[in-house]
Amino acid sequence: MNNLFVYCEIEDGVIADVSLELLTKGRSLANQLKCKLEAVVAGYRLDGIESQVFPYGADVLHVADDERLYPYASLPHTSLLVKLFEEEKPQIALMGATSIGRDLGPRVSSALGSGLTADCTALEIGDHEEKKEGKVYKNLLYQIRPAFGGNIVATIVNPDCRPQMATVREGVMKKEIVSPDYKGKVNHLDTSGYLSESDFVVKVIERHIEKAKTNIKNASIIVSGGYGMGSKENFDLLFDLASVIGAEVGASRAAVDAGFADHDRQVGQTGVTVRPKLYIACGISGQIQHIAGMQESSMIIAVNNDCNAPINSIADYVITGEVETVIPKMIKYYKKNSK
Amino acid sequence: MSLNIIVLAKQVPDTRNVGKDAMKADGTVNRAALAAIFNPEDLNALEQALRLKDKHPGSKVTVLTMGPGRAAEIIREGLYRGADGGYLLTDRAFAGADTLATSYALACAIRKIEQVDIIICGRQAIDGDTAQVGPQVAEKLGFPQITYAEEIIEVNNGKIIVKRRLERGIEVVEGSLPMVVTVNGTAPDCRPRNAKLIQKYKYAKTVTEKQEESEDYTALFDARPYLNLTEWSVNDVDCDVKKVGLAGSPTKVKKIENVVFQVKESKTISGSDFDVEELIKELIANHTIG
Repeated sequence: MNNLFVYCEIEDGVIADVSLELLTKGRSLANQLKCKLEAVVAGYRLDGIESQVFPYGADVLHVADDERLYPYASLPHTSLLVKLFEEEKPQIALMGATSIGRDLGPRVSSALGSGLTADCTALEIGDHEEKKEGKVYKNLLYQIRPAFGGNIVATIVNPDCRPQMATVREGVMKKEIVSPDYKGKVNHLDTSGYLSESDFVVKVIERHIEKAKTNIKNASIIVSGGYGMGSKENFDLLFDLASVIGAEVGASRAAVDAGFADHDRQVGQTGVTVRPKLYIACGISGQIQHIAGMQESSMIIAVNNDCNAPINSIADYVITGEVETVIPKMIKYYKKNSK
Repeated sequence: MSLNIIVLAKQVPDTRNVGKDAMKADGTVNRAALAAIFNPEDLNALEQALRLKDKHPGSKVTVLTMGPGRAAEIIREGLYRGADGGYLLTDRAFAGADTLATSYALACAIRKIEQVDIIICGRQAIDGDTAQVGPQVAEKLGFPQITYAEEIIEVNNGKIIVKRRLERGIEVVEGSLPMVVTVNGTAPDCRPRNAKLIQKYKYAKTVTEKQEESEDYTALFDARPYLNLTEWSVNDVDCDVKKVGLAGSPTKVKKIENVVFQVKESKTISGSDFDVEELIKELIANHTIG
């Protein structure tokens, strides 16, 4: 009762990174709240799944193992969580802001009548005063998220309804093993008590899920392009530079919207948060929503023909010039000097 | 089989084109400086609805929007592109609603509409990016949902087949009606406004808008009843007032801050061969690259 729950996503028997990141964050919040950290995994053939979860500090793992629970579908996973939350009454429930978490979270919150905050970039514990009612709430979850296209940051609280629910994007929190020997308790759920036939009205008839093609989250160097790259052809210059210096290619939201790059390369509040040792931003003006996803890079180089671009103010080096002439020069002089 | 389709659409400030005057000195959003537009993914949703109507003659597409009086523009915009009608859910009591209170109000309104087969809406709105209202409406109505839809492939005999676009691939799913479908921005763009429909509907107005007009169009509206856009208040849709608006929202905004980033002292160099080579040498020497 009154514990912190993390819903863990699973694909091909592997717990998603975003869920492990949330377990890590959940562990530290649970320590602050002096409550337990509990995880939920729903899928099929989950024998031994606890070995992936416990090292991150979960005290309890609820396992729902049923052929009908994989692949993910909205209704059965909703029914499972709603019933489980009604029984366990968590104070906080976290899930990934993925196509699964953003499908499941709102449905569960709507069923329970509890508040949900999407895409949080920070989670903290603190008190809250409702001045009108003169009521003080202790130890609420501060759900901190950007709003209005990233131009403002709002702190949201759920004073009265439980659980306090939030989703967080992959890469925003850091995953960290508490101890390889951390041991919790496994609770196998009897799915017949949670699911009903009417939960299976939507059936997956075809599924093509690829392994992640890009790994910008863990790249140590990222060459990233924005709308200022001008065209898809120019954007492809970034792949040339990246292959020469051993980097991954990232993109701003504007570049993705313009079709220069795939969405899985998007860096920023609505994409991935990255912390490489070097981030080269080419033709990126530096909208707040982009900067928020890369400002923790150790070194930032901005290549831009606009000397007033906002990104310049957070860059270590600003190269003023046209991207299509500067990038080939970078390739040329790296090749010349790297031997 | 003719279908009764509801499109949920939202009027949003155009947060993609935020100018320097978008924020006031006190750090609050200057809404007046942002154009009010049809939420982009709701347009993708409208297109999916209109395609179903093309394939299933006799189907009806109705736009439902919640917002202030000026959000009637969203309904007209829908009519110009081929929708058959619309409802504006507007009441001071709805103001300040979070996603849960919004979805409750929308669900109450949808219950007033008879025999709904499909509810289609954009995956998310650009002013909040939450993607919550679609699934929350579905749950309130007890309808199943298909989110992240890229294409409604087929609707036949009470079954619906939809292609979904996920982070790393696609999924084709089949469900039964009634169904809530939320549509991705990767779905086809909405067809443009139709000149004939603009002519037909440009005077379409809500009761409130008619009252604000200086000229009297009573005769026109009597002759052409399709120009009357329906406005619904809290009382019209049998809402529990305690569950709507700010009062009905479980989430509260505690604090809003302007975004401020740590400004670094940057070194500006030119794009000349010499400068670029010097920088690359430095990066290699300090093992940043290579």
